[in-house]
Amino acid sequence: MSAQGEAIEAAEIKAIPVRHPGRWVSVAVIGVLVAMLIHSFVAQPHYRWGLIRQYIFTGPILHGVALTLELTFLAMLVGIVGGVLLAVMRLSPNPVVSTASWVYIWLFRGTPVLVQILLWYNISYLFPTISLGIPFGPEFVTWQTNDLISGTTAGVLALGLNEAAYMAEIVRAGILSVDEGQFEAASALGMKQSLIMRRIVLPQAMRVIVPPTGNETISMLKTTSLVSTIAVSELLQHTQAIINVNYATVPLFLMASIWYLAMTSVLTVGQFYIERYFGRGSSRSGPAATLPERLWRAIRYNRPPPGALAMQRRDQSGGL
Amino acid sequence: MTVSGDHPMVKAEAVRKRFGSNEVLKGIDLEVQRGEVMCVIGPSGSGKSTVLRCINHLEKINSGRLSVDGQLVGYEQRGDKLHECTDREVAKMRSQIGMVFQHFNLFPHMTVLGNIIEAPTRVKGQSKDQAVAKAKQLLEQVGLDGREDMYPRQLSGGQQQRVAIARALAMEPKLMLFDEPTSALDPELVGDVLDVMRDLAKSGMTMFVVTHEMGFAREVGDKLVFMDDGVVVEAGTPRDVITNPQHDRTKSFLSKVL
Repeated sequence: MSAQGEAIEAAEIKAIPVRHPGRWVSVAVIGVLVAMLIHSFVAQPHYRWGLIRQYIFTGPILHGVALTLELTFLAMLVGIVGGVLLAVMRLSPNPVVSTASWVYIWLFRGTPVLVQILLWYNISYLFPTISLGIPFGPEFVTWQTNDLISGTTAGVLALGLNEAAYMAEIVRAGILSVDEGQFEAASALGMKQSLIMRRIVLPQAMRVIVPPTGNETISMLKTTSLVSTIAVSELLQHTQAIINVNYATVPLFLMASIWYLAMTSVLTVGQFYIERYFGRGSSRSGPAATLPERLWRAIRYNRPPPGALAMQRRDQSGGL
Repeated sequence: MTVSGDHPMVKAEAVRKRFGSNEVLKGIDLEVQRGEVMCVIGPSGSGKSTVLRCINHLEKINSGRLSVDGQLVGYEQRGDKLHECTDREVAKMRSQIGMVFQHFNLFPHMTVLGNIIEAPTRVKGQSKDQAVAKAKQLLEQVGLDGREDMYPRQLSGGQQQRVAIARALAMEPKLMLFDEPTSALDPELVGDVLDVMRDLAKSGMTMFVVTHEMGFAREVGDKLVFMDDGVVVEAGTPRDVITNPQHDRTKSFLSKVL
């Protein structure tokens, strides 16, 4: 009896696994759909892959891609800096400052971004000149608004100022997510408000801020296509210029989509590493695994059940 | 206003504090002399932590006088008028008072070393080398040498609390406030933290300790105060208060915790 007991303890369990026929059915359905799609890509001549290949790396398209990236970067810069400022204002004990921030967010979040783009492009109708001087008093320098605000500038301003309203709410949520004890501990050490915000609160708020900001950046990259309406020659504008010549509408829009998809993919990877940086110190098991690392583990450990990866990682880090 | 001399390190006279309509301190009088260890005990909700938080102006008092080292906390007397201190003045006062929290409140995104050198370098303007050397010495003092590069979450609660003590000491404070420093710890980790505090008391640090550790209060404390319902019920040497309490409320509290 006891010998049998030992044998049971020593041997690893070898049981017949539960079969999942439903999984095989879903794999088959998805497989057929993918096959149909690929067949359409190959057999359907209207995709005109040759035309796409011919144009995808040409000068105008590459310039358009570069400008799209530039617009995304600058608009997000305006958006993030403005968003942090608005969030801090919103949390200010001064009711006027707090309300000013609220009104800004209400205004810029409540109107369509396309309308804002068109308004900024036509801003010279309201403000023909821009001057530096004393309000309601003498002016020292004056510019023509149309000289100062080009289509690209109008685009960056419109997209960035609109984005700031959304970023403000994201940053505010991040700031509020930081434990009040952090603020107290820093205050007790004699740190001043601005220093606490910069060194203690915002770095911790980043863990909450980064994921939605990644979303916003990806969204912004696509939204920049709206400035094609004010003759800014970004990717979509260049694409449409070519379409106006050769009428190859669908193939060239597909080509633009391929570019947008490629750019957003790169941003997605970048987001992962930024999240990993700001997550430092947040878990006992060290930094999160990269996608290749996770794939490698998935293969090596032969399909672990859901949740097991996290447990394995914890085990590997080996206690304290 | 005199800054040195024979005035007490902490002096509270008729201090009152309200949260909304709820009065949590109903006229507190206390004195802590330089180099003394004052322990405050009492049931939860008695206002003992609030007193501590008023001392470094994390809470504003509503009436009475509260001074640290001869200087009013949060206000300045000019002529016959009280002026509120600016944020900068409050920060400067706080930088001379160390505080240790029940839940440690270490900065989780910084290493142990980063936690300790943050305030000395950015508030006092010490050079990084100087601050790091001091931090290493403090870590040795609290028995955690070699843990500089770990993050707070990789440490046990007792270790975190000792880092928090080192972080406060790095500012070379003249007064240390402890807000139930061992209440959030597993029982077997309490001893290490109390050992560090005992050594600190021996070195002559002025300490204001809100605690439930009667053994510590009896052994290390110079004064013991029992608070209940926003008032000081009884004060004296720990031996007198613990072995010979005069008030019924003190007796009933002690019978529950001893």
